[in-house]
Amino acid sequence: MNLILKSATLPNGSTADLFVTDGRFAVEAAKGATTIDAAGLTALPGLVDLHTHLREPGYEQSETVLTGSRAAAAGGFTAVHAMANTSPVADTAGVVEQVHSLGAQRGYVTVRPIGAVTMGLAGERLSEIGAMAGSRAKVTVFSDDGKCVSDALLMRRALEYVKTFGGVIAQHAQEPRLTEGAQMNEGALSGELGLAGWPAVAEEAIIARDVLLAQHVGARLHICHVSTAGSVDVVRWAKARGIDVTAEATPHHLLLTEELARSYDSRYKVNPPLRRDEDVQALRAALADGTIDIVATDHAPHPLESKECAWDEASFGMVGLESALSVVQLAMVESGLFGWADVARVLSTKPAEIGGLTGYADAFATGSAANVTLYDATASRVFGLDDLRGKGRNTPYLGRELPGRVITTIHNGYPTVRDGTLLDVGEVAASAVEFQRALELNRKNPRA
Amino acid sequence: MRHLLSTKDLDLSTAVGILDVAEDMADVATREVKKLPTLRGKTVINLFFEDSTRTRTSFEVAAKRLSADLINFSAKGSSVSKGESLKDTAQTLAAMGADAVVIRHSASGAAQVLATSDWIDASILNAGDGTHEHPTQALLDAYTMRKRLHGAASRGKDLDGLSVTIVGDILHSRVARSNVWLLQTLGAHVTVVAPATLLPSGIETWPVAVGYDLDEAVDANPDVVMMLRIQAERMNAAFFPNTREYAREWGLDDERLARLRPDTMVMHPGPMVRGLEISASAADSSRSTVLAQVANGVSIRMAVLYLLLASEGGQL
Repeated sequence: MNLILKSATLPNGSTADLFVTDGRFAVEAAKGATTIDAAGLTALPGLVDLHTHLREPGYEQSETVLTGSRAAAAGGFTAVHAMANTSPVADTAGVVEQVHSLGAQRGYVTVRPIGAVTMGLAGERLSEIGAMAGSRAKVTVFSDDGKCVSDALLMRRALEYVKTFGGVIAQHAQEPRLTEGAQMNEGALSGELGLAGWPAVAEEAIIARDVLLAQHVGARLHICHVSTAGSVDVVRWAKARGIDVTAEATPHHLLLTEELARSYDSRYKVNPPLRRDEDVQALRAALADGTIDIVATDHAPHPLESKECAWDEASFGMVGLESALSVVQLAMVESGLFGWADVARVLSTKPAEIGGLTGYADAFATGSAANVTLYDATASRVFGLDDLRGKGRNTPYLGRELPGRVITTIHNGYPTVRDGTLLDVGEVAASAVEFQRALELNRKNPRA
Repeated sequence: MRHLLSTKDLDLSTAVGILDVAEDMADVATREVKKLPTLRGKTVINLFFEDSTRTRTSFEVAAKRLSADLINFSAKGSSVSKGESLKDTAQTLAAMGADAVVIRHSASGAAQVLATSDWIDASILNAGDGTHEHPTQALLDAYTMRKRLHGAASRGKDLDGLSVTIVGDILHSRVARSNVWLLQTLGAHVTVVAPATLLPSGIETWPVAVGYDLDEAVDANPDVVMMLRIQAERMNAAFFPNTREYAREWGLDDERLARLRPDTMVMHPGPMVRGLEISASAADSSRSTVLAQVANGVSIRMAVLYLLLASEGGQL
């Protein structure tokens, strides 16, 4: 499908027509191209999530590659990195190839599997990192997310070993002994509510250790879901020393505070927990000054019964793909900290770079795969269940007014969302097949 | 009152009102026929996810004295232990027509979750949720203090100026939390004494004075000393080295008892571990209110059930 995105507003504020021919950005319109009116809409490079839980294989009651991909497309994403804590764990080439090919078949987004650092996420032996890196899934990000690689020696070895394959370790920074039974941020409120505390130091101590390890062995390190002001200080210090570290913050940590736990409504139970307002402000400032590189959703769908219970008994996690862009607009753009070029950087260019995903370095560059999101930043909506397109209903934003709305998402040159409507499974899968065929053809007969 | 979930949201007049109704209820216990017809036809369910024979029995006696139909729904041996969720249990009780549910649960906030859910419409009475609150315990403690202080002239009075020292595992104690909020509302001055490991984070924001040294607290001449139960398993989680050291530093032993004023009340929510947080002679001394607390517990629970189920328009 050839497209003209008419009069789109680019992240830098200028207005332009974008042309898509055979799945790629082109300098001019192809004959018979379909025109999509983008007047008044912000064109963002397709969003890339470095931290998504797709739950398949093993937890299909929570989410599947298909349903998670649909949630992602609805949120304006064109690529997601699928965390390894599935069952079986993504610690072999077989599992990552399965997830990768399921994603490719469905076609809503590019699914990039993340490999486990340790076998079974058990934190004891390294998983087959080389095999996963060399597989058809071409894994470059390795993480035991959900669990911390807490053994210092194992973490050192993982950092070194992954360097061999040009990958990166994404650490879930949580000192396990300091957080046994932890339920919410440790502080005056946890004391009052009688919920076991998850102290900031449990995150900060691991980040401090790991940036020093990364420096010592000369490896890259990525920190998942930074949640405290103290962690920001440590990362800032590490970057000033030239340590090769990147960091992410989730949308919910940029907006919500621990006060929500007062309701004992377990939709607000997440790991790491919602923190204080000071932490929220520190995360926003760090994202604005580049100390925190990217926003990643930590989209964590759960079945209803995992949340319809007492707080202690509920699962950790929130869904986030469908709401991420709106929350970033609210927390960062409407607060005056960000322009749209910054949004494009933290939700597309930079996460693609950290994830080793090609084609995103220059947004809208001629010849690169056409991944673009048309966003109506002037819209506003009361976020409801209708806005959720994955299986998870565990969003903290129900009933909240959020700005913006994704109008069109284009993945590899074909739409997955059009006029605010998520396209159906068959249509998107057919487009994906067509794109793959064009890719093969291109490979055999490269253009001059 | 629709529910009783916490003492934090009780204002002064409501709190004093409950204590006053409890005075009336206490009079019932002195009659030959210890029974009122007030809650005839009402169904009260004791929903206990944790074992607690004392509290459960106290609610049972209270409900029966008010002529309510009281059903014990204990988690052990029921579908709850087979994995039935709080939601399904609540909906089951709702379908059975429960008017009030007295809930004890190991998870903080469980009572509030029930009260704010649409699973059940009954009045929810928190009988202890995790390490959060145990409001009827605090009410019966306040009642006990007021009675000792003002005797037959208790009605309408608060605890203005009373000094209360709470000693022990504040961190894990729902009794301590409920007492701190209620005593503050009633005008008492609260001091908490514990090793730093057993104080919750943010204690400096609580309306209490904080100390580590029990001897200092005893010498400060408090009106009330409330000892909290120490669970020996805390020792294994490195909250303190061993029970011997705990008893030496934070136990109310005979020597400390002797230094208290003769009219200082010694309280304990029970069950006591004699020889650990409290010596046998302290527990049995004339200062001890332990048995009065048990008797007053029935009056307070009658008062709360009455206010939840029998008063007009939800008002006191």
